[in-house]
Amino acid sequence: MSAAFADRSLIPDHVVAAPDLPDIFPTVRRRGGIVGLIRRHPTTAIGLALLAIMLICAVFAPYLATVDPTALSPARRTRVPSAQYWFGTDMLGRDVYSRVIYGTRVSLIVGFSVAFLASVAGLAIGLVSGFVRVLDGVVMRIMDGLMSIPPILLAVALMALTRGSVGNVVTAITIAEIPRVARLVRGVVLSLREQPYVDGAVASGTTVPMIIWRHILPNTLAPLSVQATYICASAMITEAILSFIGAGTPPNIPSWGNIMADGRALWQVKPYIVFFPGVFLSLTVLAVNLVGDGLRDALDPRMAKRL
Amino acid sequence: MSGHLLEVNDLKKHFPVRGGMVGGKGGAIRAVDGVSFSVDRGETLSIVGESGCGKSTVGRAILRLMDVTSGQVVLDGTRIDDMSAGSMRPWRRRIQVVFQDPFSSLNPRMKVRDILAEPLRNFGLARGSKATEVRVGELLDTVRLPRDAASRFPHEFSGGQRQRIGIARALAPEPDLIICDEAVSALDVSVKAQVVNLLQDLQRDLGLALLFISHDLAIVEHMTHRVAVMYLGQIVEIATRTKIFGQPKHPYTFALLSAVPVPQPGASRTRVVLSGDVPSPINPPSGCRFHTRCPFVFDRCKVEEPHLRAISPGQEAACHLHDLPAEQNPLA
Repeated sequence: MSAAFADRSLIPDHVVAAPDLPDIFPTVRRRGGIVGLIRRHPTTAIGLALLAIMLICAVFAPYLATVDPTALSPARRTRVPSAQYWFGTDMLGRDVYSRVIYGTRVSLIVGFSVAFLASVAGLAIGLVSGFVRVLDGVVMRIMDGLMSIPPILLAVALMALTRGSVGNVVTAITIAEIPRVARLVRGVVLSLREQPYVDGAVASGTTVPMIIWRHILPNTLAPLSVQATYICASAMITEAILSFIGAGTPPNIPSWGNIMADGRALWQVKPYIVFFPGVFLSLTVLAVNLVGDGLRDALDPRMAKRL
Repeated sequence: MSGHLLEVNDLKKHFPVRGGMVGGKGGAIRAVDGVSFSVDRGETLSIVGESGCGKSTVGRAILRLMDVTSGQVVLDGTRIDDMSAGSMRPWRRRIQVVFQDPFSSLNPRMKVRDILAEPLRNFGLARGSKATEVRVGELLDTVRLPRDAASRFPHEFSGGQRQRIGIARALAPEPDLIICDEAVSALDVSVKAQVVNLLQDLQRDLGLALLFISHDLAIVEHMTHRVAVMYLGQIVEIATRTKIFGQPKHPYTFALLSAVPVPQPGASRTRVVLSGDVPSPINPPSGCRFHTRCPFVFDRCKVEEPHLRAISPGQEAACHLHDLPAEQNPLA
């Protein structure tokens, strides 16, 4: 029989002995701060800037708006955009610019609340489902059932049970979005459980709660954050759709959806009433998605170093 | 009680197979089907065999990463295979593991410091952050990594370096036995040699026992004391290194060894080429499990299952050939 490792005494030591590695950690100077961010992640920077503008609009709406967004002015209906009415006025003479600025509040509140609530609830359900095998079947069949209904229809149906308010809109969209998060988290948990480092942790005496806390949860956050931004964006759109068809935000609170609904009848002659809230909605959704991509890269240590 | 550090008695691990859509009662994959061996302190026992023969399952069963179907795992005179998760924890300190894949065996979100501190904290081996830091530094020294590696993430290291981190984690709780599950198979040759040498040095310095699970016979020959050869969930031969590599007594061992390349141009060798594939572990062949592929098969092999028995001092094989007169036994 052969020896792949020939008799070591015949070979000079320095040939066989493993040299210590010359390594290893090149120091890379990275530019920090805003300039660094713009250089390395220009799209994320654009997304953050847009989102910051929208946040400012929402927070400082009373100062940015030119007039009360609900003030009627029957004598000045359907004015085209001008120095006085930047985005024109609608068919009741309300200032579209002020309404759009105030509408930012509804969109951001709904988007962020739904993203947060659906993530937390979905994470909890997904973790339970991934770790408690007995419950897995039941929980996942319920989630499948919810998922078989398109989220918008489900939200419309839920809204039909209550009266229109921002809180109810948030609840309805959250319920519609939870199954997607739960399914994602469960899948991630199941694959992480099979990772050798989890086995290694078990072998080093780590208890199950600590394994979830230290090994499962941190590795779930990256995909979850991406999913959360997607949910945030889709919740904003769903809210606009609900408001557009009159099933969402009540008409006395301006939201992009109901501003567009008001302008719908006139869109061929006065397109700006629909145009401006539509642009705001698109830009906000785009911004959220860009920030989501940036977040994913930042949370993945491998991606972070490469970029 | 016997003096063995680890004793495995008639270990079986069957994975149930669900048949069809309705989940009717199917058969079972007999991944490990009656395996017995022992490991002494400071000894290296290698388990070799081709893919799917159950060698990794043996390792996972000993580590209690899965429950066994039947049989016993005895560590230092105490059965650990039937312990509850809670009472098992202190025993886990004594058996550690190094995995094959150096990329998925370290949590990508934990710094090396935290990876190494985890077992220390779990077993209360270092009190306070200062003591932990000191111990982490020692562990890095032991595996010959620079101390500033502690504040790095695993992805900043090469495969060999990561494998050393894995070894350091296994060493952290000061175990008696380390199970190396294909620990060097994923590394390229030069790095493999470094890691093997490191393991040997650690064994000498710390008196570790190693259970070295591998399919790489060259590495095994280089570093082991004893070898167990597995085929379809059973040990077909177990012997000291010189006996296995010098005079194999089981046809399967013989065939395995003949497949090892000889690093010498023009070297001649007898190559035993096995025909066919490994039979399914759901429905293993009758009699000797190897009879479908054995070049020396005769009638008795098809009906009667051979058991491991001593062929010579320090060598056991499960083969009917050795009941034949010496002149008819090709492996005598």
